[in-house]
Amino acid sequence: MFELLGIPPQVLFGQLLLGLINGSFYAVLSLGLAVIFGLLNIINFTHGAQYMLGAFGAWMLLNYLGVGYWWAVFIVPPIVGVTGIVLERVMIRRLYHLDHLYGLLLTFGLALIIVGFFRQFFGVSGLPYPPPPLLTGGYNLGFMYLPNSRAWVIVASLIVCLATWFIIEKTRLGAYLRAATENPTMVGAFGINVPLLVTLTYGFGVALAGFAGVLAAPIYAVNPNMGADLIIVVFAVVVIGGMGSILGSILTGFGLGLIEGLTRVFYPEGSAVVIFVIMALVLLVKPAGLFGRSV
Amino acid sequence: MLRFPKIRALSKPISGPAMSEVELASRPAAGPSARPLLRVDGLQGWYGESHVLHGVSFEVGEGEVVTLLGRNGAGKTTTLKAVMGILSRRSGSVTYDGRETIKLPSRLIAQMGIAYCPEERAIFSSLSVEENLMLPPQVRPGGLTVEQIFELFPNLKERLSSQGTKLSGGEQQMLAIGRILRTGAKLLLLDEPTEGLAPVIVQQIGRTIARLKDEGFTIVLVEQNFHFAALVADRHYVVEQGRVIDTIPNRELDANIDKLHAYLGV
Ligand SMILES: Nc1ncnc2c1ncn2[C@@H]1O[C@H](COP(=O)(O)OP(=O)(O)OP(=O)(O)O)[C@@H](O)[C@H]1O
Ligand SMILES: [Mg+2]
Repeated sequence: MFELLGIPPQVLFGQLLLGLINGSFYAVLSLGLAVIFGLLNIINFTHGAQYMLGAFGAWMLLNYLGVGYWWAVFIVPPIVGVTGIVLERVMIRRLYHLDHLYGLLLTFGLALIIVGFFRQFFGVSGLPYPPPPLLTGGYNLGFMYLPNSRAWVIVASLIVCLATWFIIEKTRLGAYLRAATENPTMVGAFGINVPLLVTLTYGFGVALAGFAGVLAAPIYAVNPNMGADLIIVVFAVVVIGGMGSILGSILTGFGLGLIEGLTRVFYPEGSAVVIFVIMALVLLVKPAGLFGRSV
Repeated sequence: MLRFPKIRALSKPISGPAMSEVELASRPAAGPSARPLLRVDGLQGWYGESHVLHGVSFEVGEGEVVTLLGRNGAGKTTTLKAVMGILSRRSGSVTYDGRETIKLPSRLIAQMGIAYCPEERAIFSSLSVEENLMLPPQVRPGGLTVEQIFELFPNLKERLSSQGTKLSGGEQQMLAIGRILRTGAKLLLLDEPTEGLAPVIVQQIGRTIARLKDEGFTIVLVEQNFHFAALVADRHYVVEQGRVIDTIPNRELDANIDKLHAYLGV
């Protein structure tokens, strides 16, 4: 077997694969944040909690109702999305006329409440979610072993990201959304229901978080804190990619996952901070982010 | 004074048979006596705390073209915004087709059949020309087809896949007007459509407005250039400090030219 810079290929590809998995979560989560920020101008700090809700949703479906993973993939994201719609209608909506900071504070507070609630009832030790049979095996690709569960996460995230990109960039609904992001007043003056569009967009962004949560359930333990840990990194990803850029979020998410994986191979000590270092560098050179429009 | 060349006959009439010259000539001059499609009465408007409109009143009959003339800062744009419902605070009365709209959100006002082409054109940079053109949803039957819009503005057809804001200023103006012709709106609010455009484009816009009038559109046109306004309008309202201070029928324009110069400070 050949070696790269003294690194066995099994290790290298293993870490790259891990990086891609993390990148999948970064991409789906930062995509949701970007969509929400674009139209609502709110940094949705509840996003991590909503990701956690997705994982718990899958866990509850399985343990309380006996509904399995493959159903959960389709059922849970819309349910989490609806909880987002309720939040938007009842609370977030009231803050649009105020400074962005208030939206940030509200969603941050909501996250604390939701996570606290789950901690109270489920503890912090983490609940196991058995992977469905289809996801237990794997393939030997020769240079590495590819577990099905991992392959599925990457493929499912890619599909969801591309579908989201397609809806936003190529459909009429997406044109409404892009236009309302630029000039909501004018879009309203065309007779389009912008408040409804805003609500649905928030619900959609939140559903993306819920979807990521379902994907995470069989891979990571289902834990009230799972979102809080991840979301900090995702915010860094969003800052690097540029707030509000759809394709930027997707590419940056996967790209940074890979970079993180490579760092783990070549300089393991740096893997926890590499994304933040990149963030600092990008902010110095291009404050609007790699794909962001400067405001 | 600029003149528009005679309106080119289109191969296909835009709606119904085209009017003959005789019919055009014998049509009664529209005046305030035509059924008012839009009636603005004592309209007040604010930007935050600053009170900008102090009781604007005017009427537009169905099928008429009227202009709002006035100096910079007189309140013309604000009046159109208030009629469209996008001024955050307004009071008084705006009736469209007999229905009071002063309490309605802009979305519902648009759906009644009023469309707005803003001074800054508001072409969306994240949308292609085609997406910009197709963005406003159809609110009523009877709008122009896309083909008819291309007949009015052939430039647009060449540039459909360009980014909206990559168009020239004149083309952006054509797009901003063109996109509201599709929707079936009967009343068009056009804010300075000729601002900053080359004379040949100004002429094209002028011909277009005259065409739209022939098609039965009702138009409120904000203009600084009353030589342009004189060629298309039935009546002129002079706006000053948030009020309409005078009304001049177009046929009496020549007699009032000195007064108008004084109003506009030209
Ligand atoms: N967004 C705003 N906030 C506060 N005041 C405004 C705003 N827009 C306009 N104004 C003020 O309202 C008044 C009327 O402005 P408006 O834009 O309606 O004038 P206008 O007649 O359209 O002028 P112009 O010919 O220059 O376009 C002006 O005194 C202007 O300073
Ligand atoms: Mg103006």
